[in-house]
Amino acid sequence: MFDFLDSGQYDLLGAFWVTAQLALYSALGSLIWGTALVAMRVSPVPLMRGFATAYVNVVRNTPLTVVLVACLLGLNQTLGVSLGADRSENIGFRLAVLGLVAYTGTFVCEALRSGINTVPPGQAEAARALGLSFTQVLRLVVLPQAFRAAVTPLANVLIALTKNTTVAAAIGAAETSLLMKTMMENETDALFTVFAIFAFGFIVLTLPTGLVLGWAAKRLAVKR
Amino acid sequence: MSSVLYDTPGPRAKRRNVVYTIVFLAVLALVAWWVLGALDEKHQLDADKWSPFVTDSKVWTTYLLPGLTETLRAAALSIVIALPLGAALGIGRLSDHRWVRVPVGAVVEFFRAIPVLLLMMFASAVYREFTTVSSDFRPLYAVVTGLVLYNASVIAEVVRAGVLSLPRGQGDAAVALGMRKGQTMLYVLLPQAVTVMLPALVSQLVVIVKDTALGGALLGFAELLSQNRQITANYGANTIATLTVIALIYIAINFLLTTLAGRLERRLRQGRKSPSATIPAQAGAPEAKSEAVSGA
Repeated sequence: MFDFLDSGQYDLLGAFWVTAQLALYSALGSLIWGTALVAMRVSPVPLMRGFATAYVNVVRNTPLTVVLVACLLGLNQTLGVSLGADRSENIGFRLAVLGLVAYTGTFVCEALRSGINTVPPGQAEAARALGLSFTQVLRLVVLPQAFRAAVTPLANVLIALTKNTTVAAAIGAAETSLLMKTMMENETDALFTVFAIFAFGFIVLTLPTGLVLGWAAKRLAVKR
Repeated sequence: MSSVLYDTPGPRAKRRNVVYTIVFLAVLALVAWWVLGALDEKHQLDADKWSPFVTDSKVWTTYLLPGLTETLRAAALSIVIALPLGAALGIGRLSDHRWVRVPVGAVVEFFRAIPVLLLMMFASAVYREFTTVSSDFRPLYAVVTGLVLYNASVIAEVVRAGVLSLPRGQGDAAVALGMRKGQTMLYVLLPQAVTVMLPALVSQLVVIVKDTALGGALLGFAELLSQNRQITANYGANTIATLTVIALIYIAINFLLTTLAGRLERRLRQGRKSPSATIPAQAGAPEAKSEAVSGA
């Protein structure tokens, strides 16, 4: 039943490793980009607020597939941006990380904004009364509490991101869904086994994230 | 002022904000200048690459509109099938019988953990091997199947949360009146839960519309995004123009749906005494709850 796995024809672990790397780099990038976006979104400078709001509304409503395809056809094939990669599969990977960061950052921004909204206004008012500037209020008082309140929505964003890495197959990153497609075309008599393997792989990837972050959300919640 | 995060700007802060605005504007302009310059160098800004979308109605009637129809058809089919299925799964998960509750819960959790693209690919392979669905319709079937399986399980969770959010007294009162369990659910709990769930369901529609594009990129489904290949082949490699127009169509549809969901949520909140009476949107679409702090 599993004999096609022994043939050495398919690099299952390699594909899942690419997926995990995609998820990890994109998660780091989108956390940073999302934080920057939310900082702009609540900032006193109207232009930054407008930019962040417009960016979030536009990118959030664009399908991720369109974002990634635009990265490949637009950035790479039309403009010649390759992000310092020389081999074609590397280009796919790096462009996928870029697209995933651009897309997921908007959801991180929204999650953090809902986190900021849970911080009682008195906290920011007290910080201002102490004479802290906007960046100090945000950095020292509001965002630390917002992050702790936003662990659950952020966990959902990260799980969705892990699943969204499969879309990178659309621009040729050698990750799991591309391998599954090949395997399903070749191993037609073992369709259900192949699907079960990949389903199991993703459950292994997403379930611990949910459990750990669910536990973290309880631990970190600000007791009021 | 609009925000509790910063003081009303005085003369110095105003001056500083002006400086920040100018710097930010300069950075934006620099990026725009670089992008537009690079696009111009590759002749992507030439008028003849963009003009077909305004002057030539054939682009719309042969490519974009049929693609949009396919996108909307797949989305509509998915939501129409996923809604009753999701409601059934959600109610099943609330069942008093362990032998219903546990397997339904396992099914829901399973399909929520699998990427929707894998479900579509699997469905496509299954239709290819085990059914006689012609290859013209197979992509549509595969896309709809994948979307139904995933979204039904998401909707199941929305329904469950909606029913659980109702005050206990509602169910107790129905039981006290002598209603059966089925009647309690059908006549008392579900009608109230539906109004609570409405914003989350509309937000889920956005997810469905966005996910149809997966079928276009990887399964040969002739939806809106996949038309970009045909158009760029026939209208002189106008990649950027075509992708921009396609993205704008998606954004317009989804922005309408998002706005509708926000409106519904606000209206529902106004109509109730308890403040947090709606179910938050699920699966990668976390909606901000209130606009109290954000200045936007």
